[in-house]
Amino acid sequence: MTATVAIVGAGLAGFQVASSLRDQHYQGRVLLIGEEPHRPYHRPPLSKAFLLNAPEELSVAMRPDPYYADKKIEVLSSTRAVSVDRTHRKLALDNGSVIDFEHLVLAVGARNRPLHVPGYDLPGVFFLRHLDEARALRVRLHKAKQAVVIGAGFIGLEFAAAARKLGVAVTVLEVADRPMSRALSAPMSALFSRELANSGIRFLFGTQLKRLIDDEGRVAGVETVEGAVIDADLVLIGIGVIPNVELAATCNLEIRNGIAVDANLSTSDPHISALGDCASYPSPYAAEDFVRLESVQNASDQGRCVAARILGRPTPYSAVPWFWSDQGALKLQIAGLTTGHDETVLRGDPAGISCSVFCFREGRLLGVETVNRPADHMAARRLVGNHIAISPAEAADESVDLKRLATAATGETRRA
Amino acid sequence: MPKITFIKSDGAELVIDAKEGATLMQAGIDGGINGIVAECGGCCQCATCHVYVAPVWQGRLSAVSESEDAMLDNTVCDRRPESRLSCEIKITQELDGLVVHVPMRQV
Repeated sequence: MTATVAIVGAGLAGFQVASSLRDQHYQGRVLLIGEEPHRPYHRPPLSKAFLLNAPEELSVAMRPDPYYADKKIEVLSSTRAVSVDRTHRKLALDNGSVIDFEHLVLAVGARNRPLHVPGYDLPGVFFLRHLDEARALRVRLHKAKQAVVIGAGFIGLEFAAAARKLGVAVTVLEVADRPMSRALSAPMSALFSRELANSGIRFLFGTQLKRLIDDEGRVAGVETVEGAVIDADLVLIGIGVIPNVELAATCNLEIRNGIAVDANLSTSDPHISALGDCASYPSPYAAEDFVRLESVQNASDQGRCVAARILGRPTPYSAVPWFWSDQGALKLQIAGLTTGHDETVLRGDPAGISCSVFCFREGRLLGVETVNRPADHMAARRLVGNHIAISPAEAADESVDLKRLATAATGETRRA
Repeated sequence: MPKITFIKSDGAELVIDAKEGATLMQAGIDGGINGIVAECGGCCQCATCHVYVAPVWQGRLSAVSESEDAMLDNTVCDRRPESRLSCEIKITQELDGLVVHVPMRQV
């Protein structure tokens, strides 16, 4: 029997494992199993350029169809994994077939957090994660006049900026007192709040949705718990995601805000790996013991790490985390993990649309948020990734050349 | 449709018909150029769609933005004066006949 690597989840993480296995000459069978009807595609453009492109749809395929046959990657689309028999290493699929695996990879991702208020399922109410959702949203957006966004997170604000670009009136409702409050420092959050408001986005902070208003079977607006009513012909709900841990839980793998994995991305069963949005792992960059990151960088770097382990070359995962979000004229980039910072230092003018916020904890740099400062961001990836020491005073001083500091510092001299 | 020639690091040449309005990155991916990786999906964030544009063509391309410039400092294969990120180049009829070299590695 041919050794088989079964990969559940055909997003970027799953695709990366499959493609890295082949790039590194894995000889066994590679199965890539995805619930969606599509071959792997890029999600980041779905909340940005994909929404704006008209009349033609932007191509988001990661690879053309012949790639998979060429690389002998068997893609099972519209297929769901239903159970795992760990003792016999068998994976059961919803089409009735059972796969014998040498190694199982859980790249099962996350799903949108639902919002069970009255009217959540009305026509005109959207979530955004999958290509099919983006297609429907794009069509509606080009006809919309007034949009309401529930949740001032990355997805909601990227959508809001795109909608403004198309001339749609946009109101964003957020339960916290500032945008992207879980991801950003207060000063960077304030910059986005101000600039997005200047672009015409109306914010209502510290407020919650009570219901979606039904007008003859279509959404016509929203009502907040305080009783405010806002008209809308399109509502986008973006209130975060829930990791898909169910398959792992039913075969008794350890769960902790995601599928628990060690530094090699192995679950509590060495024949099963987990990675990407669904996996909770120990990161050398995190203030917490374990993190679960939802990002492109995390999915692709972890994909390579898992493939290497399957090929017998395990290396602890240690790539520096980075993120980005494009919101109209604002290009946000984050290097490192800033949760738990106790000091922020500004570089550049926070009253403009180009500055960086350095986040420190007990004098040590945790990460850097930049807006429209790509060179600072790239330097920050190196500073954080190579644990190069930089003081708050140096970070604030624009005469200190960050790129030089990030590339020149070697050895023990500037180790954080 | 503009014809674009991709020359791989082993010297193999592939000529593809690119769609106007698409990016050079997407044209390369759709044309099966395996040396174009494009992990971020064409958002100028990952520097894995790096190409070397033949010098004669450089003047006919859009200028390198600040974002692209910063990202080009992060390519796996050496940055050269002819380095570009293919996600930042839009295909137009004027680019018919463009020749680009694909570096040996992107990651």
